[in-house]
Amino acid sequence: MKYILLIYGDEARWDTMSSEEKQTVYEGHNAYGEALVTAGVMRGGYELKPISTATTLRFDNGKATTLDGPFAETKEQLGGYYVIEVDNLEQALEWAAKMPGMSSGSVEVRPLGMGG
Amino acid sequence: MWLTRIVEDVVRNDGARVLAGLIRLAGDFETAEDALQDAYARALVAWPRDGIPENPAAWLNTVSRRIVLDRLRRGPRTADLPENLAMPDEEVEAEDLSGIEDDRLRLLFTCCHPALSVEARCGLALRTLGGLSTREIARAFVEPEATTAQRLVRAKKKIREARIPYEVPPREKLPERVETVLSVLYLIFNEGYTSTDAPSLLRPDLVIEAIRLARLTAELLPDQAEARGLLALMLLTDSRRAARLSPAGEFVPLEEQDRSLWNRPQIEEGLTIIDEVLARRTPGPYQIQAAIAALHAQALTPQETDWPQIAALYDRLLDWTPTPTVELNAAVAHGMATSPEHALERIARIELPHYYLLPAAKADLLRRLGRKAEAAVAYRAAIELVTNPAERRYLERRLGECG
Repeated sequence: MKYILLIYGDEARWDTMSSEEKQTVYEGHNAYGEALVTAGVMRGGYELKPISTATTLRFDNGKATTLDGPFAETKEQLGGYYVIEVDNLEQALEWAAKMPGMSSGSVEVRPLGMGG
Repeated sequence: MWLTRIVEDVVRNDGARVLAGLIRLAGDFETAEDALQDAYARALVAWPRDGIPENPAAWLNTVSRRIVLDRLRRGPRTADLPENLAMPDEEVEAEDLSGIEDDRLRLLFTCCHPALSVEARCGLALRTLGGLSTREIARAFVEPEATTAQRLVRAKKKIREARIPYEVPPREKLPERVETVLSVLYLIFNEGYTSTDAPSLLRPDLVIEAIRLARLTAELLPDQAEARGLLALMLLTDSRRAARLSPAGEFVPLEEQDRSLWNRPQIEEGLTIIDEVLARRTPGPYQIQAAIAALHAQALTPQETDWPQIAALYDRLLDWTPTPTVELNAAVAHGMATSPEHALERIARIELPHYYLLPAAKADLLRRLGRKAEAAVAYRAAIELVTNPAERRYLERRLGECG
């Protein structure tokens, strides 16, 4: 089953990090990605640009209005994601627990699929 | 009526065994539950006609397994089943239920998986392992049946859709996951023992179910000292049930209880368990709380209570769970071991907003010191926060004595 690991964190905190600190996080993600590939469970992933680049289409009675900004203004923002393919939630949670650079924030784990 | 009762008995005592194996066979909670329901319905027809089978659980097991297998073969949308499914032959009686222990463990860990909401864990455990109906669970938690049903449906859907595995967690995760299981059972017990809103303070049915599930868990996890510790804690705490309420339904505090009403056999069982488990020297918060309950249970009069040792145990409990609630209990125990003034000093440092037991404890200590005016203020603060009617009446009585 495919799961998406959605990485939420405080963008403001990220902005105040030194370039060395950011470098450490990126190295962590490189190693994490390699580990996912080695385990044969990697199905994709991306870092997201900051929420200041987000545009939202809000639908009202079928009519779309274009709005500046993310879907919801929250303290933690979606910063990136991985898609992995493993047997069950237990294994997905194990991978999510190893997410690098998570001194705070959260990782949401959702199965991918139709319907439900 | 008698037949329904026999079937209900089988459900209560063996339902979990049968269901646990069915879920593994079906790979799905709902298919398994539906099959078991069908099997019950068939029993109500077949048993009066053919006589009650020698081993009703094995009968239900075989019939429901056949229903599951048939459903898996024919796809999910089959409404009617061939009549002969309900006619297990001789081999049925020979089929045993061994290997089921592992299935029940899987069921326990799946129902109490941390990916489910706490309410869903309680509901699922009572439903699948305790064999309670949705209506009984709703009554136990004082909520509309539709709410309970909805929550159970959602939980089972999540187990299926998100693929919460039907397995015993790997060794390295076991301690953490056992803790989750035990906390679910403890929650069920506490909800029954100190009901937040039931008029009578107690919901014994929920207490009995919690003890039954704790007994099962301790049996399934013999190496886990904390599982035995929790069982002992429940037995010892519940042993005071009959003395905790007056005939008029009023709350009776520990030191005013008629100790001859305490359930001696249950205390003996609790003491035996806690003695055995403490000797293993793998302590934990449930064992420590059971040890505290054991000291209360062994005191034949309030004056005989070994408060210094209880206070020492609360200090150890603080090492495990440094919460304000435990700090409050520790403060009171130290106060009983030394002086109320000492307890008041410690209590003054505790921050527990909106928790009625903090002002209630303070009021009690002030009353013991004869500081009536201050006690009255604290009792009023506690009355403002308390939710359980029986406890409220007790506090009001005490307030009246401060006048």
